Parts: sequence; C-alpha cells; structure tokens
Amino acid sequence: MKKLTILFAFIFIVSACNTGGNGEASSSGDSFAENTPLGQASVVDDVSAKNILQIAIGSKDHTTLVAAVQAAQIEHVLVNAGPLTVFAPTNAAFDALPPGTVETLLKPENKATLALILTNHASPGTFDIEGLKKEARKGRKIYTAIGDYLDIVVDGDNITVGGAKVLGVVKASNGVVVVVDKVILPQEK
Amino acid sequence: MKLSFKFITLLTLATMAFGLASCGGNGSNSKSGALSGSAAERVFVPPGEHDEFYAFLSGGFSGQLAVYGLPSGRLFKVIPVFSVDAEKAYGFNEETKPMLNTSHGFIPWDDSHHPDISQTNGVLDGRWIFINGNNTPRIARIDLTTFETVEILEIPNSAGNHSSPYVTDNTEYVVAGTRFAVPVPQRDMPIKDYKGNFKGALSFIKVNPESGRMNIEFQIMTPGFNYDKAHPGRGKSHGWFFFSTYNTEEANTLQEVNASQNDKDYIAAINWKKAEEYIKAGKFTTMKTRYAHNVYSDETHSATSTMMKEVRILDPSKLPGLVYFLPTPKSPHGCDVDPTGEYIVGSGKLSASVTIHSFTKMLKAIEDKAFDGEAYGIPIINFDAVNAGTVVQPGLGPLHTEFDNKGNAYTSFFISSEVVKWQLGTWKVLDRKPTYYSVGHLMIPGGNSQKPFGKYLLALNKITKDRYLPTGPEVCQSAQLYDITGDKMELLLDFPTVGEPHYAAGIPADLIKSKSRKIFKIEENHHPYVTKKESDTKVVRKGKDVHIYMTMIRSHFAPDNIEGVKVGDKVYFHVTNLEQDYDVPHGIAMLGAQTSELLIMPGQTETFVWEPKQVGVWPFYCTDFCSALHQEMQGYVRVSPRNSNRALSWSLDGE
Repeated sequence: MKKLTILFAFIFIVSACNTGGNGEASSSGDSFAENTPLGQASVVDDVSAKNILQIAIGSKDHTTLVAAVQAAQIEHVLVNAGPLTVFAPTNAAFDALPPGTVETLLKPENKATLALILTNHASPGTFDIEGLKKEARKGRKIYTAIGDYLDIVVDGDNITVGGAKVLGVVKASNGVVVVVDKVILPQEK
Repeated sequence: MKLSFKFITLLTLATMAFGLASCGGNGSNSKSGALSGSAAERVFVPPGEHDEFYAFLSGGFSGQLAVYGLPSGRLFKVIPVFSVDAEKAYGFNEETKPMLNTSHGFIPWDDSHHPDISQTNGVLDGRWIFINGNNTPRIARIDLTTFETVEILEIPNSAGNHSSPYVTDNTEYVVAGTRFAVPVPQRDMPIKDYKGNFKGALSFIKVNPESGRMNIEFQIMTPGFNYDKAHPGRGKSHGWFFFSTYNTEEANTLQEVNASQNDKDYIAAINWKKAEEYIKAGKFTTMKTRYAHNVYSDETHSATSTMMKEVRILDPSKLPGLVYFLPTPKSPHGCDVDPTGEYIVGSGKLSASVTIHSFTKMLKAIEDKAFDGEAYGIPIINFDAVNAGTVVQPGLGPLHTEFDNKGNAYTSFFISSEVVKWQLGTWKVLDRKPTYYSVGHLMIPGGNSQKPFGKYLLALNKITKDRYLPTGPEVCQSAQLYDITGDKMELLLDFPTVGEPHYAAGIPADLIKSKSRKIFKIEENHHPYVTKKESDTKVVRKGKDVHIYMTMIRSHFAPDNIEGVKVGDKVYFHVTNLEQDYDVPHGIAMLGAQTSELLIMPGQTETFVWEPKQVGVWPFYCTDFCSALHQEMQGYVRVSPRNSNRALSWSLDGE
C-alpha cells in the first residue's frame, strides 16, 4: 500500500503543475480548434481502410485502451500518417494492473503520465507477425515513440514484445495493431 | 498489491519529465498577441493595400517556388524553377531550355525543397533566393528584382540534394549535402558493397558577392552517411556549417528499419574557414567529372548551359580540424542554429526529445580532445562534452526548429501534429498548438538568420484531409499562420498552397518591393534575334529553317500575314514585346505548334519553334488579355506544300 501511496503522490505532483503548455488560452485563434476538436481524428471518413484508432474503437476487447487514449487526448497520434505499430493491451491487461491504477490514470490531472504510458505502445514502422519474427531473427529491438527499446522473444508461435504476449494482429491503413496481453510500462532509465 | 518498483520509478521519472515540460508555461500571463482584434481583422489586408511580408513557399514535387503575402495568404506568383511551366514558356521557349540542362540531358522536372534568402552580416538582404532541386541534384538562384530563375548549378558526386542550400552570414556559400551516399566516382558495383565504399559528398558553393554567380569551390568527401538538413553557423559560429546525418549504419535496404538502429547518429560540424586554408595550401585533389552550369541573362533574355569538367576534393580523414561528428539521438532530421550562433538544435525524428548542442562547448571539447573515437578518421566528440541541454518529451516526431527575436524556439512535431514553443537556455516548454495536419517545416521571416522578424510563424502542413472543400482524391496541402507576438501562439489563418509547401522563406516586403523590376529597356535588349522597331521586322529562310523577326505592341503583331512557309520547315518565331509600359506583357500561340505559348514581358524577346505538318492558312494570336483590342491581336501563316516554290513574303496592313 505504501508504494501505491507514493504513486499517487507523484501523480499529484504532475497534476499540480500541469496547467502550462496545453493551449487552453481563450484567445480568438484557439476557438478555431472547436471546428476539429480531435485534430486529424475529427476527419469523417467511412470509405478509407480503417486506421488504428478506428480499429481500436471497433474492438470490444479494447474499451479501456480507447477510454485511456481519449482521456490522454492523443487520438490524433493514432490517426497520423504513421506508419505506426501500436501494441494494444486488452481490457484484461489493464484489469491486471493494481486496483485503482486505471481510475487514477484516467483523471484529467494525470493526462501527461497517461499519454507517456500509452505512447510507449507505439513504434514508428510496420511490424506484423512476420515483421516481428524477422526483427527477432535479426537481433533487433522495437523502438517506441518515447525512446524505449522493447525486446522481442519468439518461442515457436509465441511472441512477446517488451514482456507482453502477442495475441493477434490487425492491419490498419496507417500501420498495424498488435493485440497484447500486458500493459508495457516505460523502462527505468 | 502487485505494483512493481519499476512502475513506481517510471512514474517518478515520468512525473519529473512532464513536470519540467509542462510547468514551463506557468506564471506567464496568457495575454494574447500584441496585435489586437479578431483573427479575421488581423489577416485582412484591405483592397489596394499591401501585405507586410513576402513569403516564398517551395512547391516540393511541383518543382517551383510560390510567392505569397503575409498575413493575407494571397498568392501572387508561381516562379518556375526546376519544372517546365507552359504558362510562362519556361523550359518551352528556346531561351530557357538551357536552364534545365544537366549532365543527364534536359530534365523537365525536379523536387524543390528549401528556399533561403541571401544575407549580409547575418541579416536578410533580399537580393536573391536560393533553392535546391532534390532529385537530380541542383541549386537554383532566383533574382528578387525580376522574380525569375537566373541560375541553376548541377551538383556532381551528389544524389538527392536535400541538405541544401542554406546561406552563410554574408552569402559566402550555399551548400549541398548529399541525401543518398553513392559511389564516387559513379561506377558499376554491387549495391551490397555500399558500406565503406559509398561516399557522402558535402559541396560548398561559393556565391559571387556582386553577381550572385555560383561555383563549386570544393567538395568534402565524407563517409557514406545520408545527409538530411544543414544550417550555417551564425555570428560567433560563422565559419562553421552543421549537417544532420542519418543512416550512419550505412544500410542499403529497408532503410525504415535498418537506418534506425543506432541510438545516435551525428551532426557533422564543418569548419569551412579551415577548408579554405586547405584549399589555399593546395591540400586538395582535382577530380574529373561533369556537371551543368546554366545562367540566364537579362541582357540577352537567354540562358546558356556550360558543361563543367572538374571539382576540387578535400579528404577529411587526412585533413585534421576540418570535420567533427556531434552524436545526436535517433536520425536527426532538423539541424537548426539559433540567431546567436551558440545553439545547434538537432531533432531526431524518431527521438522523443529535442537535443541541443553548444558551440562554445564544442570548441572546448575540440581543444580538450574530448573525443569518443572516430568514424573513418573523423573525430566523434563526446556527447556530454558538447550537449547543452534537451527539451524533454515535448511531443512526438520532432522535425524542424525556427527562432524568434526573443530567445524562443519553435519546433514542429509530425506525429503529434503540433508546434511547440520552448525557451533557449532553460529548455522549458512554453506553449503548444495543434496544426491541421502533420506539420513539416515552420517558417518565421528571418527565422534562420541572426535577425528574425518574430511576428508570424507559418506552419507548412503535409496533409489537409477535410480542411477545405474536397477536390477528389488529391486535395491541397496547406500553410497555417500563427501570431507569435504574445506569450501564447494564436492561429489566425489556413491557406492552401501550390504543391507541397516543403519549406519557406519570408522577408519584410519593404526590403524588396521598391527594387522590383517593372520593364526591360528595349535599348538594353541584346537578344541575338531582337527586333527593336516594326520597320526592322523580317522573315529569313536558311534552308528549311525560317526565322521570323516579329514585334508585338497594342494591339497587333508585325508582321501579321506571312506566306511562303512550307510543310517540313522549322519556323522560329523570335518575338519582341515593344511595350515600355508596366504590366503589359503580350502572349503568342500558334495553332498546331507542339509547344507552349510565349508570355513576353515589355522589352523582352522570346522564341518558339513551329514545325507545320499540314498545308493551310493557320492563325496565331495574343494569349494575354492585353488591351481593349486584344481580340483583334492576331495573324496568319500560309503553309504551302513542300514542293511549292512560293517565296517568303510578309506584311502588316498590306505593306
């Protein structure tokens, strides 16, 4: 319990000074943002192949991830031209975190921490099952958008990335969604 | 309670990182820009009034350079540079065809990327604007009195001229760093033997301070890395040039993975004053090669193309003090030097942070020999010995940085589609604004010189999707104007652009508009086929070649009826616009001519070629609505069969 207290303490520190830099000034220019509140994610397009965000939204196993992406306001990252590989933890993966963690992270004041954790699940490049196997075969790692390197371990048909087991892959218009069974937390540096 | 210690530590780190990043904006008043009023009022330039700034936006894959006004976003002109332009006959008329000549022959297109305005003492002087051609390596110079391309220099031993042109403080040099390493000299060899064998040429092109004429002063032959962007030293670092590299892995396939393996690539620091000493001391080799040097003259209204034969090479592995490598995380793309010349900003496009090196620390590190080994004989400076600081986790996919005149930097983030304002020295994030969508370069007028005009920032965006009325699968790219006079950036305007607005240069209009040329004086026209008065017009046959010496003035051609031309002739229309009045160009087009119209400025002569294939009487006419009697401005050419013996005759009004 002590550890969790420490966690909350740190989250509090983040929230205490997290008012700068979010562009919430009330100047005239900012009101234009209301036209496209989600940036590129505001684009209405039901004809093109589905992007990473649309795939996540359409998956009943990823409601927590989607809620987290929305709370962190990083929808635009998942619809970007990419190409991106997004390791998408299932609801069960989030449920496996200590009780209260998800609820705490979803609070507006923890937006920055949540964004950091989520963007650790995105990697520039397109890595499907064959791609992951090839990277492993060549001794390469997955480089995440926050600068971490994730180990790939292949054991027969089982693949783990950063310790999370790969459950499946869905191709997206802007990359690939790799469904995983764990939340991949940023590494200690 | 399974929360790991690792997670706690992570959150501590994350907290600290974000605490630093997000606390920066606190404590400042969020006052709006010094310009008051609504966004609409601030970009509205009343009819008849002029914009405050010129903005020159490259066309990317259009190969051209577009001229806009700021803050209105109004488009004034598209200057043809590397691509033919039928509207202006660029690359179609006989006078400008040599401009697009290369060692590979005539090339009608290129990819124009980085416009940069000439400087004196590190301040924009508005004489010329330079721009690079990416595909078949070239640099062009545009004269800012005529707004026309007046010179194109091909770059040998280079491939993909991306890291270019970037003028030094006194326009001593523009540069060309090769994007693709290639065999030098080019030869038939296996691609897999790239590593250690391909070379990365950095070309330094001297600019004549009077005429602006370019010549390749020397090339530094570095290892086979890819060069991405570059920036000259400013002020205290004048005499140095900085180039970002990627693919220091020297991979030759699937670069998206293989060129991203190293934790750090380099920014190459080049001491070009040292290079000049080595050149003076004769420490170069002369290499045989071929490259075209094309120059347009406003006296002859014609271009010439000269094939150059050799270039001087400096070998940095044998010339100490010439090149140093500054380790910079994850494939640095942007390489930008602040107005004081102290900070060199490297934006690793795959990095989560922005890395800043210190020029002062770099000099000290060199003096102290604080090196971490070498690459192909070039010293690698220890990262900590040169690093000044890091903007931690400001966004995703940092690309390019511009500067204002208040010690702030503005970096674009492609993946998170935003502009982040941060402070030099403290590395604190002060503000961030979303862009719509996927921003590439930014531009502040003078923002890469010693004297930025920090009023507006222009974001140049690659993707617009639903931002404007749709136009089928291909929709325009876009520029976005922000007011940066206040603590917070304010979005004022979106406007669509021509081609890809890859990068741009801006300058206060007052610095150049009074020098803009109005007409060319007819008495100063030294075109070999000029006709200075109607009574000198004539038609001359030389075998199958027929030369028509024609004039145009409101609202007729002289001559306007020509007979004696035969099927199979090659007919040259040498047309001189006799007008000496501002903004009275005339055009001419001939039915069946397999070329564009001509658009001829007052006092200018241009030529098109027509090879008639059918017997008949064929009209030509003025294509630019010139006058009240524009529709009457026309003429005929009678084309007889090949075996006809009709003599040439020509007339105007039957005389």
